[in-house]
Amino acid sequence: MGKLQLITKGLVKENPTFVLLLGMCPTLATTTSAINGMSMGLATLFVLVLSNMAISLIAPYIPDKVRIPSYIVVIATFVTLLQFVMQAYVPDIYETLGLFIPLIVVNCIVLGRAEAFANKNGVLDSACDGLGIGLGFTLSLTLLGLVREILGSGSAFGFKFISGDGILAFVLAPGAFLALGYLIVVFRKLTEKRN
Amino acid sequence: MAVNSSFKNMTLCLFLICFVCSSLLAGVYALTKSPIEAAAKAKNEAAIKEVLPESAASIEEERSVTMGDKEYTYNLAYDAQGNTIGCAVNVTTLGFGGPILIKVGFDSEGVIYNTKVLSQSETPGLGAKCTEVGGFAEQFKGFNPAEKKLAVKKDGGDVDAITASTITSRAYAAGLATAVEVFQTIAQTPMPLASACDDCVSACDGDVISNEVEKSK
Repeated sequence: MGKLQLITKGLVKENPTFVLLLGMCPTLATTTSAINGMSMGLATLFVLVLSNMAISLIAPYIPDKVRIPSYIVVIATFVTLLQFVMQAYVPDIYETLGLFIPLIVVNCIVLGRAEAFANKNGVLDSACDGLGIGLGFTLSLTLLGLVREILGSGSAFGFKFISGDGILAFVLAPGAFLALGYLIVVFRKLTEKRN
Repeated sequence: MAVNSSFKNMTLCLFLICFVCSSLLAGVYALTKSPIEAAAKAKNEAAIKEVLPESAASIEEERSVTMGDKEYTYNLAYDAQGNTIGCAVNVTTLGFGGPILIKVGFDSEGVIYNTKVLSQSETPGLGAKCTEVGGFAEQFKGFNPAEKKLAVKKDGGDVDAITASTITSRAYAAGLATAVEVFQTIAQTPMPLASACDDCVSACDGDVISNEVEKSK
């Protein structure tokens, strides 16, 4: 499989949100607006690439039975490092993202890619895989956030186009499930035709 | 995997990984500690400037006052002549998703100049709108608590609530009401201005000190 294919498969064929249905907790919780969804996606992308690379390097030296705790420690370390660095040097971005960053540790996409891909493949391939899945996650979260923001708040990326509020339920948890469900339907329908 | 899962290997592996990771974290923590503190301090100072009148020439170090059984912190602001022109009070109020920390700025007359949310955990898209610039909090600019009532309209007050976030709006109004009480307590207590002069030379003004002497009599 070529490097480019490794990246593009994360966007459609193995899209983490619409096909693999992984990482539902941050997906549902953080997509109240397009910006929030995109921020969460980008933070995850960063951790995913780094942890995939680190794990593909150390995997051969880790005994099989303790691989999960080892991976989790590595992932948690990257997340905490990211948190410190952002808090120190980009406090404004940290302000908006702060709440979501610790959530990346429990995002099963990160551990899932470590387990399913990074520990069997080389550093470069793992980095491409992380990049692809991360981009897929970012795009899906942005799309879901956009749909919920348009329906729920009557705005897109923070720009209001109707006065007053939208259908408030879409900002809350029930709307997250509804919007995600219908987006999966649409996604399946579109990819079905392609195949 | 290549390595055998013997007890010795597993222990050694976990020990090494944890050791490397914790040393890395400790190193980065030490490196980022002072920038993080500086950023937090800068944020607090920016918030103080935002809630106080622009004519404030100097802002004093944080002080605290006890009201009821609680302690509140505040900063006083002086103009170029050293007159007290404002006061920024920190209050905590219980919102829908947890405590909301608000900084409330008053001018010398006790009218609210501006308010700013320092931290909150309200529902995004609903209660969290209390932080939006030009939104809910806008109505408190120039809000005179002597003329208007700090409670949401539903409760017979003069505050427009955020749509579908009455609890957050109530909490915000209650927080401001507490801040007003704190401000009145501060205004009534004689200021220990002699000590203030140590931190803030420009505040050393004869008028203010004579006021203080009169009050303490």
